[in-house]
Amino acid sequence: MSTKDLHDSTVAIHGGRTLDSHASSILFPLYQTSTFVHDAVGVDKGFSYSRVSNPTVDALEKAIGALEGTPPAVCFRTGMAAIATLFLSVLKAGDHAVISDVVYGGTMRLFREVLDGLGITASFVDTSEPANIEAAITAATRIVFIETPGNPTLKLTDIEAVSRITKRHSILLAVDNTFLTPLLQKPLELGADISVLSTTKYIDGHNATVGGSVATRDENLLERLRLIRKTIGTTQAPFEAWLTLQGMKTLPVRLKLHCEGAAIIARWLEDHPAVERVYYPGLDSFPQKALAEKQQLAAGGMLAFELKAGAEATIRALNSVKLCSRAESLGGLETLITHPSSTTHADLEPELRRGLGITDRLVRLSVGLEAPEDIIADLEQAIAAAGCDGAVEGDAHEIR
Amino acid sequence: MKFASRLVSYDPAPGDRFRPISTPIYQTATFEQEHADSFGEYDYSRSGNPTRAVLEKHVALLENGTRGFCFSSGMAALSTMTKLLRSGDEILADIDLYGGTCRLFSKVLDRGGIAVRYADARDAERFERQITPGTRLIHVESPTNPMLRVIDLRRMAAMAHAHGALLSVDNSTMSPYLQNPLDLGADIVVHSATKFLGGHHDVTAGAIVVKEEALAEQIYFTQNAEGNALGPFDCFLLLRGLKTLKLRLDCQQKNALAIAQFLAIHKDIQRVYFPGLSEDPGYGLQRSQARGAGSVLSFTTGSGDISKAIAEHAKFFRITVSFGSVNSSISMPGSMSHASVPPEVMAERKMPADLVRISVGIEDEEDLMGDLDRAIHAAMPRTQVAIGS
Repeated sequence: MSTKDLHDSTVAIHGGRTLDSHASSILFPLYQTSTFVHDAVGVDKGFSYSRVSNPTVDALEKAIGALEGTPPAVCFRTGMAAIATLFLSVLKAGDHAVISDVVYGGTMRLFREVLDGLGITASFVDTSEPANIEAAITAATRIVFIETPGNPTLKLTDIEAVSRITKRHSILLAVDNTFLTPLLQKPLELGADISVLSTTKYIDGHNATVGGSVATRDENLLERLRLIRKTIGTTQAPFEAWLTLQGMKTLPVRLKLHCEGAAIIARWLEDHPAVERVYYPGLDSFPQKALAEKQQLAAGGMLAFELKAGAEATIRALNSVKLCSRAESLGGLETLITHPSSTTHADLEPELRRGLGITDRLVRLSVGLEAPEDIIADLEQAIAAAGCDGAVEGDAHEIR
Repeated sequence: MKFASRLVSYDPAPGDRFRPISTPIYQTATFEQEHADSFGEYDYSRSGNPTRAVLEKHVALLENGTRGFCFSSGMAALSTMTKLLRSGDEILADIDLYGGTCRLFSKVLDRGGIAVRYADARDAERFERQITPGTRLIHVESPTNPMLRVIDLRRMAAMAHAHGALLSVDNSTMSPYLQNPLDLGADIVVHSATKFLGGHHDVTAGAIVVKEEALAEQIYFTQNAEGNALGPFDCFLLLRGLKTLKLRLDCQQKNALAIAQFLAIHKDIQRVYFPGLSEDPGYGLQRSQARGAGSVLSFTTGSGDISKAIAEHAKFFRITVSFGSVNSSISMPGSMSHASVPPEVMAERKMPADLVRISVGIEDEEDLMGDLDRAIHAAMPRTQVAIGS
């Protein structure tokens, strides 16, 4: 049965299923093994060593590929292992990459601390304006890597517009689709060559694993990715793969609820007198709402907001939440609240941070599956407890 | 093939097309069927699971039996064994049994009209006189827990069979590496696999091994009907733990003997119970039916308070119930593992209130002895220490 004609909610459950395992168990077995016995010297059954490949990881790769509409994806130990392996697969000394300035801080660190030393350079530009990409491309550019929606202000980049540029220059376009997953945004159908996911987030969805994946229809690139993964040993582990396979079966129903909850909370925040502004692609006030409607199938479960009160009050509010958890990561069942300027984006130069809209009053929320009313009540009491309920402290207290 | 080889040389994944070196974990509830009117080898994990099948066959072969069954705990295994009996039947059991077994025998089986008699199986003639026409099963541990008494298993088997009864032996203190009750004539071997079989205290499990197919069919029937089989992940952990059974026990026994000898001559220790000591009453019998004395031993101090203080002052010996792990443990059976023994049975058992049981792990021998020595010293009343020094 080909998964091409099926709906996403069906593919999420059946994409990784292979009925030819000898016992026909309804779930794919967990091959918690490092090695495989060979029938004869040089003759194996398609698996020889779990760093190279493993049947359970294979099943996850089929499942993610089915959702992405690609051949089986390549799965990695972490999202960063996926991104690092991708760059090491397509870039060499002297090469250059163009990257969204709102990209995850770990991706920036990868260039600064690792790839830069190998003679690989990158330009971080505001990709929400495609002309900036065009301007940054040089003869040495091999890949454009964008993240949309961007983290944490949800700034969007027009995938289709960027893909026209990368095609014209015959370079690769990779999209980090972690915030939306292939269910809510299909980068390859919009012209991208590569879709990258941190499976830690919505794909697993239970905060139980860390993992990453890279999907593409380019068979040569797939082969190259597997070669580099094998060489540097960034392969996903069997148990993590098995848990991820289980988690992703409920991805469609989870995403629906994440989106519904986020929309309710975003509207509530927007009406709250203590809130300066809300970033959520589903709100009419979102500057790129038209682009969101064009390339996204829903607004997603992530939002960010700024309080009118100062930085200290914002931190007090974050320290007053009871139901929401102060934690990094996103996309799980539990609502997570973060203060990007002091945590996820603390490594950035303050000036750059402010330029990206990451003020000290910005709060990021990964809306979980608790009842939206309960999340709202928690935020309400936290805002009140912090003393910023309607009162404006003003920017004088901004931490600089 | 020698035992060490048998522990690791088996087919970990029969029929598996990928030939993994480690058994796959079939963490699944159900199995898809090819035909709507007939079942394949597996249909539902309560009834059978490929991961469990590998473990059950492996445990059966290690115990020199034909069929093995694994359960969610040692008590689930024992409880399943008792389903071989019906209302009106009787069990004759040795007096020194694990507390949980006593609770099952005394407080659960009576509801089904099954009576249990207890007698000292070391006095075989007196024990035999307790057999009635209703006796269907004789059940013993050897060495017993916690008194480390050695029961003559060959004699028990002959006695049971002469009276048309079955002999079941709880082999948890020995493991198949040190003793194979089926070879000595027993019909059923039971294990708390939580102990030496798993060896790492990361899994709670039980096992039954039998020789006779008819018995196997009855055990399987109950396992499937009651749904108490071991889960796939726990089966995997047990398979993994079993591979080092010999390595672990070789080291644990060496440590245990050294500690037993050290305690036997320690001025503050009253008595040591360990069939590995040549002066122990069970020494000769143990040598005739087992290949070692294991690594569980008990001792008394003459004072419950001192015993308690020793347990609390020890560092490497952690206060835990259970035994057989790579970690050393220490316990006071009277108030811990055997607290559920009915008072009348307790009186008959003559278990000292100051009894300390230790399970010796794979830590360094000198560290363990030093730890016990320090704990004993710290536990002695101050006045006595002052007089001594």
